[in-house]
Amino acid sequence: MIDKRVASAAQALADVPDGATVMIGGFGTAGLPDDLTDALIDQGARDLVIVNNNAGNGERGIAALLAAGRVRKVICSFPRQADSHHFDRLYRAGQVELELVPQGNLAERIRAAGAGIGAFYTPTGHGTELAKGKEVRQIDGRWQVLEYPIHADYALIKAERGDRWGNLTYRMTARNFGPIMAAAARITVATVHEVVELGALDPEAVVTPGLFVQRLVQVPRRATQGAGFKAAA
Amino acid sequence: MAARVAADIPDGAVVNLGIGAPTAVANHFGAGREVILHSENGVLGMGPAPALGQEDYDLINAGKQPVTLRPGGCFFHHADSFAMMRGGHIDICVLGAFQVAGNGDLANWSTGEPGAIPAVGGAMDLATGAKQTWVMTDHLTKAGEPKLVERCSYPLTGLGCVARVYTDLAVIDLRQQPPRVRAVVDGLSFDELQRLTGFALQPLA
Repeated sequence: MIDKRVASAAQALADVPDGATVMIGGFGTAGLPDDLTDALIDQGARDLVIVNNNAGNGERGIAALLAAGRVRKVICSFPRQADSHHFDRLYRAGQVELELVPQGNLAERIRAAGAGIGAFYTPTGHGTELAKGKEVRQIDGRWQVLEYPIHADYALIKAERGDRWGNLTYRMTARNFGPIMAAAARITVATVHEVVELGALDPEAVVTPGLFVQRLVQVPRRATQGAGFKAAA
Repeated sequence: MAARVAADIPDGAVVNLGIGAPTAVANHFGAGREVILHSENGVLGMGPAPALGQEDYDLINAGKQPVTLRPGGCFFHHADSFAMMRGGHIDICVLGAFQVAGNGDLANWSTGEPGAIPAVGGAMDLATGAKQTWVMTDHLTKAGEPKLVERCSYPLTGLGCVARVYTDLAVIDLRQQPPRVRAVVDGLSFDELQRLTGFALQPLA
């Protein structure tokens, strides 16, 4: 019987080695799998390369991983936020490396990894600092930049509902990077708020087919806390 | 500015409003207008901010502020969202700017200051991928320098990508060369506007 359910986040992440590349879903706090980032801190892996849209908000999640000194490098599109102080401090002190990637290139490079694409050309970033040193080519009359996929050892994502095959649905904009990261990683760990019987998810509405998911952890539902923007005075 | 941008967006358009000042454009679509707002984090058909106490932080915009979904709206993942932006499916994107050059070059993501934390987000994808990129910005910096310049001195977001600029003083079409003034605020002469602009302008036809 196929059963991807794992009893706890700790158990799901027990084998993450030092130096692993770990994709973490989420855009700000929406879709950020806090239960998994907490478990990763407890687990103790170091020298991690973290792939996320941002570089941590406030004190939890990726910010807590950074603060604990576990992160060697961040690959993201938008590190600077109102509450990214842990990243800001480490970056200024030269204690964390940053690969800044236009958000669409980040998404497409992750997608390409999952889809087995060796590299692709895109006009985004051409002529800017972020394309410096990259191969360019004129295609259809436009200059385009060669971009390579981003593969990961692990993807940690937050979904809403799942079944024992690993089929997933998400909740509103918390979906964001989840589906593409699930495909790009060797081992994808998804949290869900609800595990349903096989066949209970509407097959027309499954967003991530189970073959992209290796481990499923049920966690309690908590309202997502806002972060990342300057609150009105 | 925001009202003028909203008035110029045709009904039925799919529009992405950048974070910061362009967000205000959404408040100026009056009743009876049907414009579909796209948010890069995976929403089409984005609605206004929810009532106080109704915020759900799983439903946010690109600026990470809570929003709502209009009937007909939908959610999708990031690669689909950026395929919409990069694949030419967004009719108009409205972005803020540090500088816009007369040739349509845009600088809006980094001032290049040493020690500054860089952050680009979806700006390069939008600037390059939307059918039309409009910029909404003050005409001058706080120090009184033109933001519309001969050549951008700040790091570029995209080359030759800006179609139109809306400022507090004028609307300027960059798809015509030299750039043509489409509108000016009451009481401002063309010569005065030209003096405050870093590239040569064609007067209003």
